[in-house]
Amino acid sequence: MGREKLTNRIISIFFAVLSLAWIYPMVMICINSFKQESAINTSSVFDLVTGDTFAGVANYITALTKQGFASAFGYSLVITVTSVVLILVCCSMCAWYVVRVNNRFCKVLYLLFVFSMVVPFQMLMFTLSNLADTLGLNTPFNICFIYLGFGAGLAVFMFSGFVKTIPTEIEEAAMIDGCSPVQTFFHVVLPIMKPTYISVGILETMWVWNDYLLPYLVLDTTKYKTIPILIQYFRGGYGSVELGPMMACIMMVIIPIVVVYLICQRYIINGVVAGAVKG
Amino acid sequence: MSKVLKKWWPLFVLPTALSFVFGFVIPFVQGTYLSFCQFKVISDTTFVGLRNYVDALSDSQFMSSFGFTALFAVTVTVLVNVFALAIALALTRNRLRGTNAYRTVFFMPNLIGGIVLGYIWQILINCVLSNVGADLLALNTVAGYWGLVLLTLWQQVGYMMIIYIAGLQSIPTDYIEAAKVDGANAWKTLWKVKIPNLMPTITICLFLTITNAFKLFDQNLALTGGDPNHSTEMLALNIYNTFYSRVGAKWMGIGQAKAVIFCILVVAISLIQLRATKSKEVQQ
Repeated sequence: MGREKLTNRIISIFFAVLSLAWIYPMVMICINSFKQESAINTSSVFDLVTGDTFAGVANYITALTKQGFASAFGYSLVITVTSVVLILVCCSMCAWYVVRVNNRFCKVLYLLFVFSMVVPFQMLMFTLSNLADTLGLNTPFNICFIYLGFGAGLAVFMFSGFVKTIPTEIEEAAMIDGCSPVQTFFHVVLPIMKPTYISVGILETMWVWNDYLLPYLVLDTTKYKTIPILIQYFRGGYGSVELGPMMACIMMVIIPIVVVYLICQRYIINGVVAGAVKG
Repeated sequence: MSKVLKKWWPLFVLPTALSFVFGFVIPFVQGTYLSFCQFKVISDTTFVGLRNYVDALSDSQFMSSFGFTALFAVTVTVLVNVFALAIALALTRNRLRGTNAYRTVFFMPNLIGGIVLGYIWQILINCVLSNVGADLLALNTVAGYWGLVLLTLWQQVGYMMIIYIAGLQSIPTDYIEAAKVDGANAWKTLWKVKIPNLMPTITICLFLTITNAFKLFDQNLALTGGDPNHSTEMLALNIYNTFYSRVGAKWMGIGQAKAVIFCILVVAISLIQLRATKSKEVQQ
């Protein structure tokens, strides 16, 4: 027992150091986002903020007003929420139908969904952005239609994996009692699938919120910038980079994510595990 | 029940199927066709047969990014899985305090997007390198390579650790206790009991790390942008650059041919990997 305690203590100390290394990059950005522009250079990045170099919230104000952070945040939020809601509702209905009807059409569709999960985006990059232009899908609301098509692979796969474990008797009983398929789905199937909704919702949210290339190629980026596009614009094209506002921007991106994560970490971690087991 | 349900397809299947056709099927088929054509816009194409593929495969930059990506994928797959499993084993020990806090911290980088991660690490690595007087990241291939490895480790170890922890927790405790009673030490228990029972989890983690490594784009774009002189350009970024930063009528077709080769490669790797490790799984 004494030996186990000692080993545990050594491991604890080791992990404490290791987790500092994990947090440090974010802390460094945070410290530097409060420095004056002139005080941020490659040799002073590791220094703490002192009275001389403290810039207050100036960098944050620049990022918010000049760099259009608020609108980018808004567009990202609209795209993510709409897409994820669409994916959850449409794909769960589709998955239920595919599993329960299970004719040849459904089998082919299911195989295509699974196939789409491994295909890299570069394969469709050019043709998809062209098609989106022709069909007028290049606005923050319409792009959700593409996200639905693209996110369908993982979502249908996970939902149908779960539907297969639900015994049909419950649904048949509901139908005999006079429920239409729509009522059966919303009153019986949907409540049973709640854990899967959370898992799929988390995985798709993480993907859509952080996606860079699809909105970059599809949206008119002079009008609509999402957060990853905004961050990329700080670097690309301009030449000199305003490091202060950029780090302020990064902080404003990270903080909401970290807060959301700390509040619902149990669900996020379970969702990721469920996604991996099904995937 | 399926008979009643069958005629409800316009409501249940149509929205998803329609957007899937527009978002995946049509672009995929069109993309495959275009890889055999020369074109600048989709409406004006000339069929050129396999010429794009020949050009793509004889493009030295494409081949060098293939090598770079393959080397990167091997390094990252091995390191991520070894670290993730080691951390998962440590965090599932009895009576170790703070395990939940560590899990929370290690997983956190996964929530931040690749572009943001890339810039955080670019700032960090550039500063470390300039303090030791070495070349800046953008000028150094070796630093770029290890920078990418470091960033990927930082991001993915937490994700795989979570999956390994779930796998370890699903091993029945009787197995481990039985091994203890039979006098097996920790090392023997790991190799004879834990790892064989973990094979399904290992399959998934290897699959995820390999495909992630091959598909890596955002982090590559943000951290090195392929500099210096395309030497840290990975396959996905190489295809992107062939499309959007090369001038000349032939490059679109070559880009699409590269994309098809890349797609076949990723699908093939996924299938081979799944088959190879599936056969080693044991039934519980």
